[in-house]
Amino acid sequence: MSSAITLDALSKHFPGQSTAAVQQVSLAIEPGEIFVVMGLSGSGKSTLLRMINGLIQPSSGSVAVRGQNLSDLSKGDLNRLRRRAMAMVFQSFALFPQRSVLDNAAFGLEVAGLPKAKRLAPAKRALERVGLGAQLHLKPAQLSGGMQQRVGLARALALDPPILLMDEAFSALDPLIRRDMQDLLLDLQAEQRRTVVFISHDLDEAIRIGDRIALMQSGQVLQCGTPLELLTAPASPEVQAFFKGVDRGSVLNLEQILEPCPQTLVLPDGADPAERAHQQLCFALNPSGQFLGILSPQDGWIHADAAGTLDSKSLVNDAISAVAQNRWPTPVLDHQRRLLGVVTPRRLLETLREGV
Amino acid sequence: MSGSFSPLIASLEQAGPVGQSADAAVEWLLNHGQGLFGVVQQGIQALASALGWGLALPAPWLFAVGVALAGWHLVGGGFALFSLLGLNLVLALGLWDLMVDTLALVLASSFLALLLGFPLGVLGTRQLWIWRLLRPALDLMQTMPAFVYLIPAVMLFSTGAVPAIIATLIFAMPPVVRLTHLGIRQVPADLVEAGRSFGCTDLQLLWMVQLPNALPTVMSGVNQTIMLALSMVVITSMIGGGGLGDVVLRGIQQLDVGLGFEGGIAVVILAVILDRLSQGLSPGHGRRGQ
Repeated sequence: MSSAITLDALSKHFPGQSTAAVQQVSLAIEPGEIFVVMGLSGSGKSTLLRMINGLIQPSSGSVAVRGQNLSDLSKGDLNRLRRRAMAMVFQSFALFPQRSVLDNAAFGLEVAGLPKAKRLAPAKRALERVGLGAQLHLKPAQLSGGMQQRVGLARALALDPPILLMDEAFSALDPLIRRDMQDLLLDLQAEQRRTVVFISHDLDEAIRIGDRIALMQSGQVLQCGTPLELLTAPASPEVQAFFKGVDRGSVLNLEQILEPCPQTLVLPDGADPAERAHQQLCFALNPSGQFLGILSPQDGWIHADAAGTLDSKSLVNDAISAVAQNRWPTPVLDHQRRLLGVVTPRRLLETLREGV
Repeated sequence: MSGSFSPLIASLEQAGPVGQSADAAVEWLLNHGQGLFGVVQQGIQALASALGWGLALPAPWLFAVGVALAGWHLVGGGFALFSLLGLNLVLALGLWDLMVDTLALVLASSFLALLLGFPLGVLGTRQLWIWRLLRPALDLMQTMPAFVYLIPAVMLFSTGAVPAIIATLIFAMPPVVRLTHLGIRQVPADLVEAGRSFGCTDLQLLWMVQLPNALPTVMSGVNQTIMLALSMVVITSMIGGGGLGDVVLRGIQQLDVGLGFEGGIAVVILAVILDRLSQGLSPGHGRRGQ
């Protein structure tokens, strides 16, 4: 499938500014992914987003949305594309103060020319989906910040757009509310996959929701990849610097921090492991490498089901309590239950402190 | 009427080159625009007559009760009582018909000022060069002594209601242009951006995003235009505009303090009623805003 959004050598130079806001950015954003553009303020990420829906004209380079090059479109065609294909959510919410919550949510459909009866139903559904079914007739000023942004999200969702553009959409919210909204976005994404371009300056947020992250600095993309790629294989010291202080445990999975097994023992089929006494801790496998259990000098035979095994794809953060409970190095298995290695509490602590 | 001015004019020297070119411009308009002025004259005359006729239609008590009810709804009980008493006083002073004439002139010129001024204010926000042309013109219209408009108005449209309305509309138009422009410019940039991002055309953006947000400011421009129109309409009695200005003018000419004061009181009552009612129409004002 072709990309949902393709940026080719995109640059923007604002008159009167010595450096370009966006320089030679080329990205392909795939359908159905949450693509986070991450950078500090002034890195050009908001300008980049506004070039995707044509609010800002690029100085050079091109933007193609679902195969249509924006520069080829007439003003009317651009407006039609905005109504049909993409909706935007703003950091400042940008709700219309005189309109009720319901009329705010119906705004996009009203612009598209739908009669009242046809636009209120989808608007109401969108508001119900974001948990505001009871606040339809309030004015935005009567809602809390988190609820206002739910209206902003509903206004975008009411159009059922294949592309959502979110400009620091959750940055103005309290940390707890922000987490709720991130969860809401992930839930929505699980129900129906849209292409989401999400601008953020919060790396934890980017890692939490992003399928891929493009890291921007001074108008350029430093690196683009999955959170894991950026964390484990930073392209430059600048990228590495970004990840200082990030919650590594929320990115790394156990596969990245495995240690080799201290000692393994392959048991032939039918052998009774309990008969084998051992002086040393030993991990027992069957001939095809699948984990059977642990032979321990103190505890004797520990069957695999009781050995507190973990999946190699689990995040480090999710493994902490299991690793802490085990009196032996925790066995890490792949999806076919083959033993890949072990994780010790010490190893976990090292990882969380400074990384691989 | 002209008799009262001739000694003053005779004592002044002839106009200098600036004045002469203004003269020449009016002359040129007289020679070349006769047909257009005829149409304008007839149109405005028809508007003024229709308004005057319509406003004189209800009996004074019915009119007063109507105003009081509207005031009660838009502003409050105290104002309703004031307008009832005030209009009763005007009736008792025998100035009712003149007040209705004045009101018709005010409404006709305000209507025309809004009809012209509002689109100009909007256009000024769309094209910078339009606003660059408009601004000095507005400065001129607002600061030029009001009497000066009377002279070309009389030359182009003779005396009576039509030149009075035209002079008034020129004098009263700047606030609505300025405040429409200001109101639209002040709409928060993120709302405009939101409108555009959802695919608004220019007209949709104006109608669905900019105007609703600019309305309180635009309405204060409307209010100011109406108030300026009232003050100018009184002055236009000098060129035969008629209405309450006649009473004031007669008071001046006859050095009759009492007469002038009666006319002045009626103007003030009308002014307060127009001011509060037009403010009451603005969103966020009075009872309707709640």
